[in-house]
Amino acid sequence: MEDYIEIKDLKISFKSYDGQKRVVDIDELKIAKGEAYGLVGESGSGKSVLALSLLKLLTEPPAVIESGSIRIGNLNILPKSEREMENIRGKKIAMIFQDPMSTLNPVFTVGQQIIKVIAKNQNLKGKQARQKALEMIELVKLPDAEQIMEKYPHELSGGQRQRVIIAIALACGAEFLIADEPTRNLDVTIQAGILKLLAELQKTLKVTVLFIANNLSLVSLTCRRIGLLYHGQIVEQGEVREILDHPVHPYTKTLLQPLPQTEEEKEAVRRSLSVQENADQGCPYQFRCPRAEEICKKEMPPVHQIGENHEVHCHFLEEGESAR
Amino acid sequence: MKNFIIKRILLGVVVLLGVVAITFVVTRVIPSNPALQWVGSRATAEQIAAAEEELGLNKPIPVQLGIYLNDMLHGDLGYSLKSHRPVVDEIMENLPPTLELVLLGTIFAIVAGMALGVLTASHKNKWQDHLGRFFSVGSVSLPTFWVALLLQLLFYGVLKLLPIGGRLSMDAQLFGQVPDVTGFLLLDCLLTGNFSVFGDALSHLILPCITLALYPTGMVARMTRSALLEILNEDYIKAAQSYGIKRKIILWKYALKNSLGPTVTVVTLSVGYTLVNTFLVESVFNWPGLGSYISDAVMNMDYPAIMGVTLFSACAYVVLNMIADIVVALDPRVRI
Repeated sequence: MEDYIEIKDLKISFKSYDGQKRVVDIDELKIAKGEAYGLVGESGSGKSVLALSLLKLLTEPPAVIESGSIRIGNLNILPKSEREMENIRGKKIAMIFQDPMSTLNPVFTVGQQIIKVIAKNQNLKGKQARQKALEMIELVKLPDAEQIMEKYPHELSGGQRQRVIIAIALACGAEFLIADEPTRNLDVTIQAGILKLLAELQKTLKVTVLFIANNLSLVSLTCRRIGLLYHGQIVEQGEVREILDHPVHPYTKTLLQPLPQTEEEKEAVRRSLSVQENADQGCPYQFRCPRAEEICKKEMPPVHQIGENHEVHCHFLEEGESAR
Repeated sequence: MKNFIIKRILLGVVVLLGVVAITFVVTRVIPSNPALQWVGSRATAEQIAAAEEELGLNKPIPVQLGIYLNDMLHGDLGYSLKSHRPVVDEIMENLPPTLELVLLGTIFAIVAGMALGVLTASHKNKWQDHLGRFFSVGSVSLPTFWVALLLQLLFYGVLKLLPIGGRLSMDAQLFGQVPDVTGFLLLDCLLTGNFSVFGDALSHLILPCITLALYPTGMVARMTRSALLEILNEDYIKAAQSYGIKRKIILWKYALKNSLGPTVTVVTLSVGYTLVNTFLVESVFNWPGLGSYISDAVMNMDYPAIMGVTLFSACAYVVLNMIADIVVALDPRVRI
């Protein structure tokens, strides 16, 4: 399939008082048209920074895009001016933000906010825009669309707000949707509902989705392919089933391990979390990796292609893994 | 909402009673003889005694206060000791020129202050921001009378563009048909279509108006800037950007509406301040208004007039604060 999104050699750093710190370092990330791609990583792994950089919404400085290219459809994003981006955002790319509590403007009603987005991106006015807004609210399965339109964000529950946010993002009519941890701050039952909704919408509307999460099980429900991000680098990517069944990278394995039960296991987790972070050179995972050796500290791990749709960045492959 | 407004009004009445009591006692305690003012400096002892009887000055102070409050409820603030005319009439005569100044100054301050606030916030840490902040800090900290003198020196003395003071030039007063419908000169000129006097009146208004507007402009600009900067960091602003909404709309509509709460409070409070400030500005620019009236009253120890104007200012403060509270309460998030 043709690649719709192509990120190459993207390096993003943040300036701070003690020098520049790199937060995103991606060699290559491709997403096909109409595909749902899941990006998984812990807090601080650079997921949201990557998402914002796709929209060119990073505040520069402190952020610095050192090198790389981002292509979405036939658009080369990074060299675009702010004015050009205003026409690309919304029409081509839209984003669902992570915090439903703070993503809606508190002093405008839900209706006003959706209608504004529709008026901007779909050139509809008055009754037509209103009609479209109602359709969008119904699309995200909120009952009583008319009533919801008149409500202010603080009058809605967290789950309702997240549905409204999804409705607004869809109202843009974009063909590429970034969902940045859309189920954060929601209870588990509401999470399931939102995920189901997103998966359905992705299939019916045929949009390309980049789904960002901090939890493997969340993306496994909605995405076909996933990538694991560790300290801004993709350490393993491939088809969901393949990775869940045969994880190769030590980091992926750790994520898929059951919760630690014995004191011994808990101690191991504690130890791995207390070590120094941020490698200047070598593998980003060297400090927490149970298998790390000298070579990991010196050299970037090579990319191993395992099977057709599965790649891993590690110096060591266990017996039989490369053969598959 | 209804209960809230009623509560605020009751609270306002309590504040006003307090103001009346305090100023009443103060004007009675300062060493002066109102009866002597009333009859003139060459009066005989009998005339003074008669005046004391007539003005009720021989009664104890609490009783006098009671009488004053009772009269006040009937719309009577006593008689000016100097002119022997009702204080209410004199205040009403002198009010329009002052209100004209305060209203125009405030409108100017809101528009200019907000524009400056948005400009500085959207160009944070660039030269526009530094210049704007320099201006707003300066305008808040420079003393009004000094700015007034400086403007007179510049625009009248050096540039010879604008008149030094007064409300109309001598020519217009003598030969022009000065309209008198509402007492608001600019409005009257427009109503009667008298544009030559309008121009003359406007040119007289500019300097005092700017002087007066300076302080609230700075306040509004600083308030708008800090509120906006906080709001521009909110997630919903980034979200709006991601939907492709233009920066201008985000700034002037999405963010500004969120920042209005603190700005409204500052505006209403500084209108009160402006009202008091006009008293100074009016005397520098020789503007015939409430300010000139009260400074004359203070010089002459005309205490019914002093009381009247004080009461009026207090009323204005209370009403403005009430308006501020109600406007802030219109925010959908505030529940009363």
